[in-house]
Amino acid sequence: MQASRFDVWVGMFVLIGGAALLFLALKAGNLLSLNFDQTFQVTAKFDNIGGLKAGAAVKSAGVVIGRVESINFDDKSFQAKVLLKLQTNTAFPKDSSAKILTAGLLGEQYIGLEAGADEKNLVAGDVIHRTQSAIVLENLIGQFLFNRAADAGAPAEAEAKP
Amino acid sequence: MMLVARLGQAVRLSLTDLGSAARLFVSLMGRLPRSLMRFGLVRDQVYYLGNRSLSIIGVSGLFVGFVLCLQGYYTLQRYGSAEAVGLLVALSLVRELGPVVTALLFAGRAGTSLTAEIGLMKAGEQLAAMEMMAVDPLTRVLAPRFWGGLIAMPLLAAVFSAVGIIGGWVVAVPLIGIDAGSFWSQMQGGVDVWADVGNGVVKSFVFGITVTFVALFQGYTCKPTPEGVSQATTRTVVVSSLAVLGLDFMLTALMFSI
Repeated sequence: MQASRFDVWVGMFVLIGGAALLFLALKAGNLLSLNFDQTFQVTAKFDNIGGLKAGAAVKSAGVVIGRVESINFDDKSFQAKVLLKLQTNTAFPKDSSAKILTAGLLGEQYIGLEAGADEKNLVAGDVIHRTQSAIVLENLIGQFLFNRAADAGAPAEAEAKP
Repeated sequence: MMLVARLGQAVRLSLTDLGSAARLFVSLMGRLPRSLMRFGLVRDQVYYLGNRSLSIIGVSGLFVGFVLCLQGYYTLQRYGSAEAVGLLVALSLVRELGPVVTALLFAGRAGTSLTAEIGLMKAGEQLAAMEMMAVDPLTRVLAPRFWGGLIAMPLLAAVFSAVGIIGGWVVAVPLIGIDAGSFWSQMQGGVDVWADVGNGVVKSFVFGITVTFVALFQGYTCKPTPEGVSQATTRTVVVSSLAVLGLDFMLTALMFSI
């Protein structure tokens, strides 16, 4: 093949295109967050996961220590079975608790892990028993309305008694 | 009766067109591997189609990024989530605007020149002369240009999206004053490498094939007269733009609905 003055320019063009793809993958898509650290899996069962999605972060004290691997429905306990991948360099006591939290008012949901006091640490395949479900807005509003109704009804009953 | 006859003629002619396009496509596919043997030809076409389009693609991407960011900010700040503008810009560029606008610009910038070049070659009977010399014009002329478009288009689309995101950043962070950290972290939290960036690349590949092939087909089958070449050039822009928009809808429905 003949060398040509276009070689350099075509090479530059391909390099620019490759750099743009790399930029999209790394800076916009955050490929680096798919870290290749060693991980171990634990499961947690929630009554209600709200809007949690696979790939959501698992945080403790605000630091990302793992990801949600998958979410399935367990038809024995009628709960959501959430598979968590935690980094092996993080050790958590066996009685740690998991909560589903929301980043900001309308942000995405993540799992917050709080350390317990057990002597032994979680190992691969363990189940986190202490969980707190996502807050579902409809339930919250329902509860609020119910309380309001109960409060409104209470004085009326008190008057009726004597 | 006249109307029915005309309709019948239109259908018959478009079927003939479709059939000859399919036959050209198949015979072009068969010649693609062999045309790589003379890579110098492909390299020259990448230069003409890719490098020469880089400036228009870059500038358009920058301005599309600016405008997307301003418009997105206008809507998002009503809901108090102006930080999500980075995510909005990145997703709309990577998934949709990058491949589509690049394909439309590519059809206007490179597709027309392909059609005009091949049409003039045909009008000047250069293609016939090649056949006389036992040189296959499909392998020698069409296939390298097809490779050029195929290689250039995804790279151009990636450049468009990347420059657009940088343009969005320029408007969002220094101009509007959105926090740089939340701009990037919202984007990184919402853009998936395979589902969004990868499918955008697949789209741009498909559009590259579509636009380049339409341009080549129009040039190769045009009437060998000045009017014929001009009509073919116009048809290249019209047909490839419509094909890109139609294919985009189908690809989006296929990729992102599942």
